[in-house]
Amino acid sequence: MAATQTQTLKNGTFPHGVHPPEHKEFSEDIPIEVVPTPSKVMLPLLQHVGAPSVPVVKAKDVVALGDMISKGGGFVSAPLHAPIAGKVLKTAVSTLPNARHVQVIPIKADGEQLEGQALFDDVLGGEWSYEGIDQRDPQEITDTIAACGIVGLGGAAFPTHVKYTRNDEKPVDTVLINGCECEPFLTPDYRVMLEAPRAVVAGALLVARAAGAETIIIGVENNKPRAVEVLKQAAAGTGVQIAVLKTKYPQGSEKQLITAVLKRETPLGGLPLDVGVAVSNVGTAAAIARAVLRGKPLTHRVVSVTGAGIREPKNLLAPIGISYQELVDFCGGLNASAARIVSGGPMMGFAFANLDAPITKGTSGVTVLTAKDVRKAEETACIRCGRCVDACPMGLVPTKIALASRAQDVDLTQRYHIMGCFECGCCTYICPASIPLVQLIRTGKAQVIASQRK
Amino acid sequence: MTEKTFDTVSDPGMETPVIHVSPSPHLADQALTTQRIMLDVVIGLLPVVGMALYVFRLYAVKQLAICIVSCLAAEALFARMRGRALPLKDFSALVTGIILALSLPGPAPWYVGVIASFVAIGIGKAIFGGIGMNIFNPAMVGRAFVMIAFASALAASGYQDVNSSVDAVTQATPLDTFKQTGAVAPLSALFFGLTNGSLGETSALACLIGGIYLCIRRSASWEIPAGVITAAVVLGGITNLVDMDSGWTVLHHLFGGSLLFGAFFIATDPCSSPLTPRGKFIFGLGVGGFVMLLRLFSGYPAGVMFAVLLMNSLTPLINRWTIPRPLGAQ
Ligand code: SF4
Ligand code: SF4
Repeated sequence: MAATQTQTLKNGTFPHGVHPPEHKEFSEDIPIEVVPTPSKVMLPLLQHVGAPSVPVVKAKDVVALGDMISKGGGFVSAPLHAPIAGKVLKTAVSTLPNARHVQVIPIKADGEQLEGQALFDDVLGGEWSYEGIDQRDPQEITDTIAACGIVGLGGAAFPTHVKYTRNDEKPVDTVLINGCECEPFLTPDYRVMLEAPRAVVAGALLVARAAGAETIIIGVENNKPRAVEVLKQAAAGTGVQIAVLKTKYPQGSEKQLITAVLKRETPLGGLPLDVGVAVSNVGTAAAIARAVLRGKPLTHRVVSVTGAGIREPKNLLAPIGISYQELVDFCGGLNASAARIVSGGPMMGFAFANLDAPITKGTSGVTVLTAKDVRKAEETACIRCGRCVDACPMGLVPTKIALASRAQDVDLTQRYHIMGCFECGCCTYICPASIPLVQLIRTGKAQVIASQRK
Repeated sequence: MTEKTFDTVSDPGMETPVIHVSPSPHLADQALTTQRIMLDVVIGLLPVVGMALYVFRLYAVKQLAICIVSCLAAEALFARMRGRALPLKDFSALVTGIILALSLPGPAPWYVGVIASFVAIGIGKAIFGGIGMNIFNPAMVGRAFVMIAFASALAASGYQDVNSSVDAVTQATPLDTFKQTGAVAPLSALFFGLTNGSLGETSALACLIGGIYLCIRRSASWEIPAGVITAAVVLGGITNLVDMDSGWTVLHHLFGGSLLFGAFFIATDPCSSPLTPRGKFIFGLGVGGFVMLLRLFSGYPAGVMFAVLLMNSLTPLINRWTIPRPLGAQ
């Protein structure tokens, strides 16, 4: 990899999309705070895309921070590691915000814990050196990523090693690191970029080395100029480029990001790999750096607890498996105006009520919305204005798909490429008739899957 | 850290928040409602209404009052008959009323407006199932009905009332004059709208002001008027080239008659026009093309109405032809 000057690509974007209010003001300027070790964590065996992990500990076992407690259940899977020191309890079941019932391994805190600044320095702080990265063995990098249980921290939770394992049929020429964070409210990625830019760049260099990619680009929306500044400094002399992108939702979605930065179209139903690209979120990049350079597994992540419904919005470094309740309590609790609690951001996140559920590797935050935020007019008839068509970043005709789904016309929904919809929510957001388009499309997709099973 | 109870609940003097669960997305563009779009159309129509009142005086007042009141009454009546809640709050009946009035000649008798209104709302909209279900532009359905039922009141001569005290109404319409005598109205008169015609069609300037407002607000899709104007310019240009001596130029075609009024306010009715940007442009081209054909080859004064109704009927087809290519599809 040639150490060329850091380049800045300007104002790329993708067609369509919407401009929801950004609302980053609640938490963007609040430095990451370390949550005190909770008395208990619960780790769902399945918190990634793929096969559930398989426990390697049993009740009453004593574990230290970072000990493996379950191993990957296949190639597309990821192991789990103890985020606190303590004692393993009996396996239990919990309902996650996405309404899935999953088996969890609970751990009760016991003994000496790593806390406060020491914990921050272990995860994100301290020195990050790029030295020797270009000499490392690619296979060793992906093996370490797999062993450390790293999955996409942007929300999708796809096991990271799968993307970067060298594949001669589909080589990766470009690594895109996603710092767009286009969901309103959420700021964990922003804080990671500001507070640990060198960890992000180190992670980017590592995965590029693993995959054999020549080009490395970090994409950031133009509403985060400070992040662009610090990343540029951190990337100086490494050949890593920064792409400043237009602020538009869903800029941070994989396919839209690839279109915006590289002008490549990921095939419908295909993967970024099909166009020679691998995409990871900035938080994931930092976790990769920690895994490979410090030998530490994924045990903690940064989450935002934000929105007008929370008393003291914060960005927190929290152990995976801590309950939502504890995060909310640590941020002063809910305001009386709180009306909806969302795991993730308001466009694609899941509303839920079971605050006892644990956060997972893919949890980017908790957004507490007020009645004013979620106010919605009554549904009226579609006036065929075409605004949903203009908004859909996938170039679909949402109204047709939704109405065909409602009429249970599976063929028609497929003719309109229903499976190309990734439920970004732009169409529902913009619809003047308040038609729950995405919800209807979700039902339609279930109908398609059911009809294919037959 | 000890386990805490729900802080908020134990907090004295504070209400417990009520938490709702609902599918994503959890935000909606709250400024954008059907009602707001219809209100925009009413605002966009104001310059045209103002110009109509200025040029046609009492004729305009009377026609507007008759059509608006009748449309609102018809909407209420048909909603009640179908057991629906009163849908007047979406302003769409008001829009239909204004457009209908503006598309009629001032001197048309009162019952023409009343019947056109009831047909517009009843047949144009209600029997399809109300707003959003209709295939045809309701106002144009009403207009077409009275056009056939009261042919003489709406023929070219129906625009003229030689004994009127209102100047414009004493003349024949400029398009008709041109057809009959070859005399060409001055462009400025067409542009500012001091000529005879349907109430809303006379002032190109007023149509442009209101229409551009609508397009900027995106309450009308700019692709439709762009299509209409493109077709008119191209076809008008060709006829100009063929017949160099004619004083009726491309600009006369654009500013005369109801072309611009139709392009910005009638053809842009979302319910009866296509969904995709490409479909909208094709629809506009079709409307403009038919208007020009009717103008060039027939003496009918209501080209826009037929053009819009015709293209309305093609809308489902256009929608099918213009399914956009999804990102990443072959
Ligand atoms: S945005 Fe809503 S009203 Fe407009 S075409 Fe789409 S579904 Fe219909
Ligand atoms: S939710 Fe689906 S249909 Fe709606 S805008 Fe997003 S991709 Fe398009």
